[in-house]
Amino acid sequence: MEPAPPTAYLDHAATTPVRPEALAAMLPFFAETFGNPSGGHAVARAAKTALESARESVAADLGAEPGEVVFTAGGTEADNLAVEGAARAARERGQGDGVVVAAFEHKAVLAAADRLGREGFRIVVAPVTAGGIVDLDALAALVDEHTVVVSVMLVNNEVGTIQPLADVVRIVRARSPHAVVHTDAVQAAAWVDVAVLAADVDLISVSAHKLGGPKGTGALVVRGDVGLVPLIEGGGQERGLRSGTSNVAGAVGLAAALRATVATRSETVAHVAELRDRLVAGLETIPGLWCNGDSDAKIAGNVHVGIPGIEAEALLVLLDREGVCAAAGSSCSSGATEPSHVLAAMGLDRADALASIRLSLGFASSPADVDRVLDVLPTAVAQLRGAVGVSR
Amino acid sequence: MTSPRVLVAMSGGVDSSVAAALLVDAGHEVLGVTLKLWGGESDSGCCSVSDVEDARRVAAQLDIPHYVFDYSVAFDEHVVDPYVDAYSSGSTPNPCVECNRHIKFGLLLDRADALGCDSLATGHHARRVRDERGRAQLQRAVDSAKDQSYVLAMLTGPQLERLQFPVGELTKSDVRAYAARLGLRTATKPDSQDVCFITRGGREQFLDARVPARAGEIHDTSGRVVGSHDGIARFTIGQRRGLGIAAGERRFVVDIDAPSATVTIGRPPDLLRDGLLVTSCTFVHDPPARGAEVLVQVRAHGQVTPGRYTAGSAGGEIVFTEPQPRVAPGQLIAFYDGPTVVGSAVAAA
Repeated sequence: MEPAPPTAYLDHAATTPVRPEALAAMLPFFAETFGNPSGGHAVARAAKTALESARESVAADLGAEPGEVVFTAGGTEADNLAVEGAARAARERGQGDGVVVAAFEHKAVLAAADRLGREGFRIVVAPVTAGGIVDLDALAALVDEHTVVVSVMLVNNEVGTIQPLADVVRIVRARSPHAVVHTDAVQAAAWVDVAVLAADVDLISVSAHKLGGPKGTGALVVRGDVGLVPLIEGGGQERGLRSGTSNVAGAVGLAAALRATVATRSETVAHVAELRDRLVAGLETIPGLWCNGDSDAKIAGNVHVGIPGIEAEALLVLLDREGVCAAAGSSCSSGATEPSHVLAAMGLDRADALASIRLSLGFASSPADVDRVLDVLPTAVAQLRGAVGVSR
Repeated sequence: MTSPRVLVAMSGGVDSSVAAALLVDAGHEVLGVTLKLWGGESDSGCCSVSDVEDARRVAAQLDIPHYVFDYSVAFDEHVVDPYVDAYSSGSTPNPCVECNRHIKFGLLLDRADALGCDSLATGHHARRVRDERGRAQLQRAVDSAKDQSYVLAMLTGPQLERLQFPVGELTKSDVRAYAARLGLRTATKPDSQDVCFITRGGREQFLDARVPARAGEIHDTSGRVVGSHDGIARFTIGQRRGLGIAAGERRFVVDIDAPSATVTIGRPPDLLRDGLLVTSCTFVHDPPARGAEVLVQVRAHGQVTPGRYTAGSAGGEIVFTEPQPRVAPGQLIAFYDGPTVVGSAVAAA
């Protein structure tokens, strides 16, 4: 066997390696301090102390009060709980039945809205611009006094565009007395200050593994008196909003990863933006290549390009063979690359969407990763463009 | 030195699992791929998530990369839509053949080429051999009970040059034994039986959901009305079951007239034909000489029948040595010379 080529990992929007700080922080909570924080004895208390300390840390980094942080088993659960839980609670109070989601939300939000639609809620989808920004005028026209939930993500997971959440909040508050605003900040927390950009948002979802924490842990910030109907019921942990024995190690890992992220964010953003600019400049030598998503509104880590005449599915195979890990569309459970609903919402036709790939950088990215991509990708494109069908 | 690169279509079944394993053993650089073909509600077929997981797991056991390619739009266009159209026009489609023609040995073979693969392999039971002139030929599988050369009869010489069917050299029990020896999780998985996109409700429910059924009359061969039906899509030439007619002796569907939605039933002799009109002929290499004797196979596990090839290269008539039951329009016709596939055609109306 030939030695494997060096791996250039450009899929940080899918997941990141666990930061050493997070790993070290978590390790004591598997064997040494293994208690169930709901218990009353010393072993339990030690775990409870760690859990609450993690809660305080996450709250501080997201601009929330400790009592507002609900730990979940990841971003999807946080999104589901926010959208479904808030809508059901509002209906129980007779406040309305309207749910507004942006067209390019993650499926964790869109599927939750679909579920609510089957339960009789009115689901309205707000369009987005060609540059990947929620259309504020259209949103304003869709929110009315019966609206109970509005969900607009802080950063889009495919094209990396940052959304004008303060404007969203202003629009919603002016039009609906009861509506709560939710934001999926899963892709945002690694890059922008959620505490500032989502300051007036009622519900905020985050996920640990997008910023150097463990998979299977997330949190939902639930402000003040926002009512939620829980999805998972039982022992009443997490203020009754998320029953189940607490994932202490996960919460500690999230807190440590988020703290490390916040502490180094400005350096990481500067470093990654430099890598990103060099990567984009290098890729732009490929004839016809275009960038998806408004470049002025992007996080530093996102490169999303379309390459005319290329099928992303084939390009990803050639990149993988050369040790370059990238992605296209959104992965479904079978592993197939589905045509992106995000790109469709931005007005790309099917062929252009299927010709687009995402290269996402992160805190662990290095100049060598960019070199590797620029070494491999143009050659792979030339190979695919030179291929002539043989079957007929 | 780099070894030849082979793309293996892995359905998640035992045959394609072993095809991949044999190629790995032979020293090839192997890439596994599973096709997502059907986005519909069926979870019984070759593109369900559990089958993808089986293929992925086998690829991991073999230490080869595995990918999923989404051909669901092309599958709708080339396989599902024509399937529905065929039934509603009174003919009997063969969706697995059309999938082979357009998807596996069309789009996927092109993709293999684009990826720089020297060949594409599948788990079909058929043999690709070289004749004395060095040309690629397609022959029946070693395991005649599992032979699938019929559904591959549309392949041409240039396509066969780039194809491999490793399990065609083994019996099915050898295939399973090989899989078991390697500890592959698919070793004891049952063979797939049905059309992959047909749900548990069956063909009729699938068609009912897509085309408005038009009720019509059932006639006997003298034109007398003997019954009625809810739609022609549930009938195939030669069908005996489900006619809803209480007759003294067994009756078969002998004709379907789509414009009038009339189904004609008759006795076995009413089905017999001296020949068969065909269209859309393909040939592995050269067409048979006009009037040459060929062996004709009209269904996947049917017998071969001798006939004379009097058609031109595009279409025409096959004259049987003995009268044969009428072939449903739309069925694939495979021509053989002994064990070797000569070409294919489609039964005309």
